[in-house]
Amino acid sequence: MDSDEDDRIPLSQRPEWSDVTPVPQDDGPNPVVPISYSKEFAETMGYVRAVYLADERSHRALQLTAEAIHFNAGNYTVWQFRRLILEALNADLHDELEFVEHLASKNSKNYQLWHHRRWVAEKLGTEAAGRELEFTKKIFVNDAKNYHAWSHRQWVLQTLGGWEDELAYCDELLEDDIFNNSAWNQVSYAVKAILTKPENESSWRYLRGLYKNSMPSFVMDRRVSTVCLTVLTTKANCVFALSLLLDLLSNGFEPNQELKNAVEALLPESRDQDSDMAVTICSVLEIVDPMRVNYWRWRKKSLHSEVEEGVRNLRVH
Amino acid sequence: MGDLAAEKHAKYILLVEKRKDDVESVLMEHLRINGAYWGLTTLDILGKLEAVEQEKVVPWVMSCQHQSGGFGGNEGHDPHLLYTLSAIQILALFDKIEVLDIDKVSSYIASLQNEDGSFSGDIWGEIDTRFSYVAICSLALLHRLDRINVEKAVKYIISCKNLDGGFGCTPGAESHAGQIFCCIGALAIMGSLHYVDKDLLGWWLCERQVKSGGLNGRPEKLPDVCYSWWVLSSLIMIDRVHWIDKEKLVKFILDCQDIEKGGISDRPDDAVDVFHTYFGVAGLSLLEYPGLKAIDPAYALPVDVVNRIFLR
Repeated sequence: MDSDEDDRIPLSQRPEWSDVTPVPQDDGPNPVVPISYSKEFAETMGYVRAVYLADERSHRALQLTAEAIHFNAGNYTVWQFRRLILEALNADLHDELEFVEHLASKNSKNYQLWHHRRWVAEKLGTEAAGRELEFTKKIFVNDAKNYHAWSHRQWVLQTLGGWEDELAYCDELLEDDIFNNSAWNQVSYAVKAILTKPENESSWRYLRGLYKNSMPSFVMDRRVSTVCLTVLTTKANCVFALSLLLDLLSNGFEPNQELKNAVEALLPESRDQDSDMAVTICSVLEIVDPMRVNYWRWRKKSLHSEVEEGVRNLRVH
Repeated sequence: MGDLAAEKHAKYILLVEKRKDDVESVLMEHLRINGAYWGLTTLDILGKLEAVEQEKVVPWVMSCQHQSGGFGGNEGHDPHLLYTLSAIQILALFDKIEVLDIDKVSSYIASLQNEDGSFSGDIWGEIDTRFSYVAICSLALLHRLDRINVEKAVKYIISCKNLDGGFGCTPGAESHAGQIFCCIGALAIMGSLHYVDKDLLGWWLCERQVKSGGLNGRPEKLPDVCYSWWVLSSLIMIDRVHWIDKEKLVKFILDCQDIEKGGISDRPDDAVDVFHTYFGVAGLSLLEYPGLKAIDPAYALPVDVVNRIFLR
């Protein structure tokens, strides 16, 4: 709550509300889930119900919904009523953006808040694009992965525009994260990110995703196998490196001797080496990632057909 | 780790109904019907639903219905698809779906489908694959899937599929285990799982298991008991649940119990709540923990309840 809400005057003592009789929540004589409300919250909701039932779309009702939302930002009905009032009063929606920003600074994970924000931005149209992008940026300062803010940003870009600067912004964010300011292309960028923090699943997935529609370049680009090898020399049990190598091999990649030696060194001496490097990798994965042992067994079992299909596909291209 | 404190959890849920002076209850007022669904389903899985008087619950649920046919989160609240599904599920638990004006409810749901096949949550138009799931699950339970354009609904969900095999809330949005459950559940109900790359998605989902045995919802995030539902049910629906370590997950959920007062929390030693108690117990049911009723991974209702609806 705000510090200025400490000396909040109860609604019953405010002259502008003297003409309204609050309507208490009717929980019935035998409520299913009886609820005990805080006094102030209960009073506010009593007045909200009264204006809602009277369908009073006034400035004081608008102010009242703000108070109710400060108590509990999760109430759909109050938000919806607020939008009806905003429409009826033809209110300045820039003020509304400020209202939401203030709330978001305290609770940026509330669904209704983001939906409301989108409603306001949609009404304002393309002029809102810049401010909306700035708004999400502010959220990312404290919570770089906030799911609502990313969804909102996607929506703004798709609906209101602003894509032209987006790549630069994403670079900026990623660079903040991995302490580097060079301008890389995407593959070397992903490689750099992996080497900085090999245990981060996201950068491995990103690298793999870059080749989604081009299997031949995935298999031919030595940078992919090189990054796996580099990581494995310092972090022998890195599941992401091993699984990426496995993807390479099952798509027809042919390893050089250095890589073969490195992988063979990973398997304990007690276990038999297989002449097929992909089989050896699966065996290593079964050991270093026991939680997913069944997944790796399944990969091993499906290897033959995968490799055949992979080689066939490479020839086609 | 102990065993599942089933009696304590049932007692905890029943007590939530009677508790006073509780912040959680105040904040739950607007989604009380969701809370009732979580609590009642947990009780049913534990075999304790008869401890609740349905003569009180059913009229209260019906009092949350709006003239449009949709349900609000409580009496006097505006209708929304999220609450409408909970209302239908509660009535299903008590075998009382017949008290509904089925045509009216299904008209309300169908009216929220958009031209591109997506669903809005209510008249205000927020669009999200969560609402696709909720609408499709509701209509299926009412035997009224014919009221919407199923083909377009499927197409919209597929348009939210990402390169990693997962799904987000709208096209282009990041994969998230909760949204994946919604999309996979909806596709399962509509018989359209063949559009899913099960091996690719299965790999993403089984990567959610972290060292403690718990599941997270996105890469690099902390584990949380609620993903024992979102991730696990999805893995079951695409037939890849054997790719995770089930024993370790059982242990993680059991470690999140308050064995003295009952209830389950998001992570070990945190405060318990009804939401996580439901997801913990439902997760254990999916893991075939002894003594629990089986739960259906797509409809999020006990299997005997689902059978009563579809095999009658």
